Amino acid sequence: MNGRVGIIGIGYTAAQPTTPYSSFKELMFEAAQRAYFDAGIDAAEVESFVTCAEDLNTGLSIFDEYTPDQLGAVQKPMHTLTQDGLHGIADAVMQIKSGLVEVVAVEAHSKASNILTPDWILDYAVDPIFNRPLGFNPHALAGLEMNLFLHETGITPQQVSQVAAKNRTNALRNPLAAYPARLTADDTAAGPYAHYPLRETEMAQTADGCVVVVLASDDKARAAASQPLWVRGIGFANDSPTLESRDWVHAEYTRIAAQMAYRMAGITNPAREIDFFEVDDTYAYKELQHLIALGLYPNRPGEAGRALEQGLTRPDGKTPVNVSGGCLGLGWTLEASGLYRIVELVLQLRGQAGPRQLPGAKMGLAQSWRGVPTTSGAVAILSSEQKPWE
Amino acid sequence: MAGQPTNVRGTPVRSADLKKGRVFTTTYVPRIQYAWDTGQAIGRYLEELKNGRLIARRCNNCQRIMIPPRMFCERCFGPTHAWVVVKDTGTVNTFSLSYVSWDVRRLKKPEIPAVIEIDGASKGMGILHVLGNVSPKAVRIGMKVRAVWKPAQQRTGSITDIAYFEPIKGKAPAAKRTAKKPFKAKAKKSKSRKRR
Repeated sequence: MNGRVGIIGIGYTAAQPTTPYSSFKELMFEAAQRAYFDAGIDAAEVESFVTCAEDLNTGLSIFDEYTPDQLGAVQKPMHTLTQDGLHGIADAVMQIKSGLVEVVAVEAHSKASNILTPDWILDYAVDPIFNRPLGFNPHALAGLEMNLFLHETGITPQQVSQVAAKNRTNALRNPLAAYPARLTADDTAAGPYAHYPLRETEMAQTADGCVVVVLASDDKARAAASQPLWVRGIGFANDSPTLESRDWVHAEYTRIAAQMAYRMAGITNPAREIDFFEVDDTYAYKELQHLIALGLYPNRPGEAGRALEQGLTRPDGKTPVNVSGGCLGLGWTLEASGLYRIVELVLQLRGQAGPRQLPGAKMGLAQSWRGVPTTSGAVAILSSEQKPWE
Repeated sequence: MAGQPTNVRGTPVRSADLKKGRVFTTTYVPRIQYAWDTGQAIGRYLEELKNGRLIARRCNNCQRIMIPPRMFCERCFGPTHAWVVVKDTGTVNTFSLSYVSWDVRRLKKPEIPAVIEIDGASKGMGILHVLGNVSPKAVRIGMKVRAVWKPAQQRTGSITDIAYFEPIKGKAPAAKRTAKKPFKAKAKKSKSRKRR
């Protein structure tokens, strides 16, 4: 057995502002059925299951108890990570590479519309002694970060507005997207400040949805019904989360996760070797910060803004970023965000992305961030081609 | 023994110390609210509770009639196929006499949670509820019980639309129950279906 791991199936529901017609279990069942069908396997052939969920987002303690029935995971190994879905992909890769199992399903979903007090949930993530008593909305932490990020890199507020306009517009070509809109940077720059310098139009809105991804060993992947995509690199990392002394400018968690993934994939020049990127844009400036951390602009971080202005990160540019619409256009699906990026990678690499298909895309990168107040990130690199020397 | 820590004399803390602020503490009351989508299966279940009846789902593959209803069968991993109205009577599968309330008060009269296998649903399929109108000493596994519904105008589409289950008088508990065999998932070894 070699160490290759392939993605052999994806199943998903469209991201929607609300999903009153389905319980979270019914959403998961739908996505799981689609994923197993896509992979050409029965649920019984999946040997291990990973779900990514946060108890406080689901409103259920010990949420992993609520997941086996609708995934076909009864009497099977399964566990839940309180992480973004990309960490679940990393988990599955480790299970397969270790030789423990050969087929793993990874699930994440969002029922964000069921949370009536989302900002209180976010407040619960903030330190109860040092920070919570101050009483401000925790999204303001993104305002703090954006302010120093712009100050240090020279990236302009106008460029950040342009990220929001680009991604909402990209979403017009994605039938899965919840918030498509034909917007210009002037439109988004006209939005009111939510947490200066961050505008309301530059903050992703939550959406409901579910994704299931099936991964398999080399042998199983070659025999799969759908074209397998190879996990060429995977990485994850955290920085110090302390708000009083953290690095507000650099997304170190992403830089380190990317270095892990690049090392595994043998990538030395990501801008040249990777065809397209799906990165976290929960707040519009984060797209630029994350691209810098991924090493796309090694000489000067300010280039991130200029590349955007020159249209290089548009779908028809040299380095397309968030062709799916990102969180801003598709919707912020909480823990499922990373898996929606995997869906976009798989569709593009299979040539199934319809009107937003990137010609000749062979390798794509997905990156996730766990949101404020965290410094938690993950990176996955997928390719339609196996590493030649493996 | 070398390396064994010695017990040092601590400082006793009294509740008055906390009240008077001599010891620093932080309190936080979460204000967190949810409204869960019931979806198809639970939505219909609650609707029928409001109507004063119990409804289940049947899986045509394993033939089980499942309550509470679900749109998928966890054994066959496929969709369930039909709605089936079942009775509001059943058999006590297991019960407990709970002498401590959820907020940790000692109760003289215990609460009696029970799993009730519902008549008309498959063996082993039941709903978790409470027993009432029965002496704790008289409760038995295998006892026949029936739902005591709240008056129609008080029902809201909730599991509490049934106030409790009570014994059916004159129905003796079943003398002996055969032990249920534990479910074992079949390890299906089907070949990959090539579709493309």
